[in-house]
Amino acid sequence: MSDLLEIVDVSVSFTRYEAGLRRQKLEVLSGLSVDVRRGEVLAVIGSSGSGKSLLAHTVLGILPGNADVSGLMLFGGEELTPDRQRQARGREIALVPQAVTFLDPLMRVGPQVRWGAPDNGNGSRTQAQRHVFARYGLTSEVERSFPSQLSGGMLRRVLLSTAVVSGASLIIADEPTPGLHPEAVAETMRHLRELADEGRGVMLITHDIETAIGIADRIAVLYSGTAVEVCPARDFVSDGEALRHPYSHALWRALPGNGFTPMTGAQPSYGDLPNGCLFYPRCDRATRECAEERPALRDVRDGTVRCIHVT
Amino acid sequence: MNGAAPQTHPSAGRVSCSRLALSGRQRTLLTAALAALALGVIVAAGVLLPDTRLATDLGARNQAPSLANPFGTDWLGRDMLTRTARGLTTSLALGMAAASVSALLALALGMAAATLGKAADAAVSWLIDLFLSVPHIVLLILISFAFGGGARGVIIGIVLTHWPALARIIRAEILALRGSEFVRVSRRLGRSNLHIATRHMFPHVFPQFLVGLILLFPHAILHEAAVTFLGFGLPPHEPAVGIILAEAMMHLSTGRWWLALFPGLALLAMVRAFDILGDNTRALLDPRTAHE
Amino acid sequence: MTAVLTYLAGKTLRLATLLVAVCALSFWLMHISPIDPVQAYVGADMMLVSPDQRAAIAERWGLDEPPVEQFVLWATSLARGDMGTSMIYRQPVSTVIGERFLASLALMGTAWTLSGVFGFVLGVIAGRFRGTLIDRVIRWYCLTLASTPAFWLGLLLLMVFAVWLGLLPVGLASPAGMLAEDVTWLDRLRHLVLPALTLSIIGVANIALHTRQKLIDVLASDYAMFARARGESETGIILRHGLRNVALPALTLQFVGFSELFGGAVIAEQVFSYPGLGQATVQAGLHGDVPLLLGAVIVSTLFVFVGNLVADLLYRAIDPRTRAKAPS
Repeated sequence: MSDLLEIVDVSVSFTRYEAGLRRQKLEVLSGLSVDVRRGEVLAVIGSSGSGKSLLAHTVLGILPGNADVSGLMLFGGEELTPDRQRQARGREIALVPQAVTFLDPLMRVGPQVRWGAPDNGNGSRTQAQRHVFARYGLTSEVERSFPSQLSGGMLRRVLLSTAVVSGASLIIADEPTPGLHPEAVAETMRHLRELADEGRGVMLITHDIETAIGIADRIAVLYSGTAVEVCPARDFVSDGEALRHPYSHALWRALPGNGFTPMTGAQPSYGDLPNGCLFYPRCDRATRECAEERPALRDVRDGTVRCIHVT
Repeated sequence: MNGAAPQTHPSAGRVSCSRLALSGRQRTLLTAALAALALGVIVAAGVLLPDTRLATDLGARNQAPSLANPFGTDWLGRDMLTRTARGLTTSLALGMAAASVSALLALALGMAAATLGKAADAAVSWLIDLFLSVPHIVLLILISFAFGGGARGVIIGIVLTHWPALARIIRAEILALRGSEFVRVSRRLGRSNLHIATRHMFPHVFPQFLVGLILLFPHAILHEAAVTFLGFGLPPHEPAVGIILAEAMMHLSTGRWWLALFPGLALLAMVRAFDILGDNTRALLDPRTAHE
Repeated sequence: MTAVLTYLAGKTLRLATLLVAVCALSFWLMHISPIDPVQAYVGADMMLVSPDQRAAIAERWGLDEPPVEQFVLWATSLARGDMGTSMIYRQPVSTVIGERFLASLALMGTAWTLSGVFGFVLGVIAGRFRGTLIDRVIRWYCLTLASTPAFWLGLLLLMVFAVWLGLLPVGLASPAGMLAEDVTWLDRLRHLVLPALTLSIIGVANIALHTRQKLIDVLASDYAMFARARGESETGIILRHGLRNVALPALTLQFVGFSELFGGAVIAEQVFSYPGLGQATVQAGLHGDVPLLLGAVIVSTLFVFVGNLVADLLYRAIDPRTRAKAPS
């Protein structure tokens, strides 16, 4: 059980009108369960289209209007209803975006960061912002700049500041290092680790498995909108025999250092999910039962997995 | 962890639209057909309503709208509905003819700019700037003056003022095409520029051209009416909408509101019908650029 | 600094080539016109003019010279600031244009401001409530306005406000029989209302539709999404990010719209007999007043150019994205 964020069996679907009244239901998250604890970094990994960013949007409650959410989300032990989400987002749950496009191009950086700080009167917002900027070595010149005038390094620290300044206890970093060179990635990861060590919970969403393993305490592997495995990061070692789910194995073996074995097939499309296990069409251990029923979530060796064959 | 009962959050929102049981495409088609039908009715009225309704009838002067004369009659007892229909048909024919020539000019210049090299491109760009640098109405007055008024002046004026926007679109479209695979293959096969332009590029820009052409019609018609209204276009004896409205202005203080209201409303309806036809044609030909 | 100078030099050069071309084109069009300027000058009294007088008039205006020499003659005096004498107003063209352009500016300025403000507000409302009834009503209204002939709208307003309600004058910027000095500001204002209203109503459509689309783009942007994730409300996002990001393109569009604004003014001034440059242009065209018509073409070209230049400068000076790219 988690003391910070707990997501239980959450499904999200979009309803689309194809032709007139023919409705199409796209299930983008299906029965996803995962949790984030205080003081830890949980890395959420998976290929594009596995629902990583949608998970962040679901937690924050900023899905588009035609989304239908079911399942249970608890935040600090309290149910995370839409009302609670409205209260919590930006204050208790903060998002670290991935690029400069997430900042208003026509607003100076200082005021943009400042806005997210709790307002206790007496210019507390400005103080909080300057405090965080000082922590990340950002000068007052940065404060007065427009986003387009910042260098990549400054920008990443500014984006991080927007989350830190809020004092949120849960920080969701959505692909914070897209296409960056290794030192930049390392710096960002170090900053995220620091935040977790200060007692916050950090959900790091990334497709970069190796980086995730380097910093995370635990790892959630997403496939086709569900968490097929959640396990300690240390299980991603040597030839991956500690891993539980066949997809986690396949992901691990596909890395350049571990055999570079490419996976065959593709994720199923959201309008046409298989009835059984979402991974069985590509799974080398698939049996008939796999095609018939979604595997239940099982606790196996310090982790959770959705696969009937794991022992 | 599995014990928690799934709950729904209905306030996350559902799709809030009730639509007709028609697909988007069917609706687009229907709208376009209705617009085309409206235009057909105007032309049919202009052609079919008999000349006798235009004869001077001093016994039926200045009559307010009635069943016999839905748009009323003027100071000579002529039926305003018939005059309006004739006027619109004239404006439509004139506007379509001029807009078509203008669109062809746009096509030629746009293709030339995109295929004949830097100098041609610069020249066309400069020409576009030149023709956009004087307000349309002023240029139309100037050209109409140069040709001594009448239909010729208006047509030449509209031809010369309406091409720049479409030429830009076609130029951009062809520039985008030029880098495409099949054009490069064709070039490697030693095809001439002309061959590539007519066989490969024209078919690709044709939808854009067609939509651009249809959307030029309402502009051309409005400008023709405006220039004629100002006294530079068609001569007073022609049954043009601009003439009808200019005459209505002279009779404004008499309080005969129908002289101005209905012809203008009909002109507005015709222009709007062309706009709708153009927009829906675009939606049918190119779903990418069609919003909503 | 050098970048600014290069930019200004380029713009000046472009204006110069365009102006020369516009002048030459206009002059050529005047030259091929079958309308006899002497007859246009004399008007209906043509029968009373002897061949000698005719020749004298032609000589006075230089009408017997070959066209190229006429052009050179006209262009050199133009360069000295002498635009010739208006045939219909019997005054120097520069005087006529000076007075009338001022009147037109009052009209266009009023309409420009009103249409800009209302269009912007309508566009923001439509974009905020995209897809709802109010959005559809605003869009329908704008699209219909875009198809409305300006002169007909003017006629309707005249009919309603001047003829039926008798609230506002039918025409003329100063009441007939009054000396110009006796005309009060209130009178001028009363004569300005209807043409300005006509121009404003027509002008709203473009800016509203454009603003609506821009706001929809902004609301779908990454930074609006991030603002939502930080707990900003939709209204807060529009006030803090929407207006800021939509205002600049809207203002730019208003300046680029100088050409259509002038065109609208020509029509509105004619319908309401408002003594501006637009009406003078129409009169010059109708009565073959070549010097005045040429003057009007030049002034309107300059007006359009200034609009485009300001739009361009706004973009460069205000938008930090283009500012950042300047070499520093």
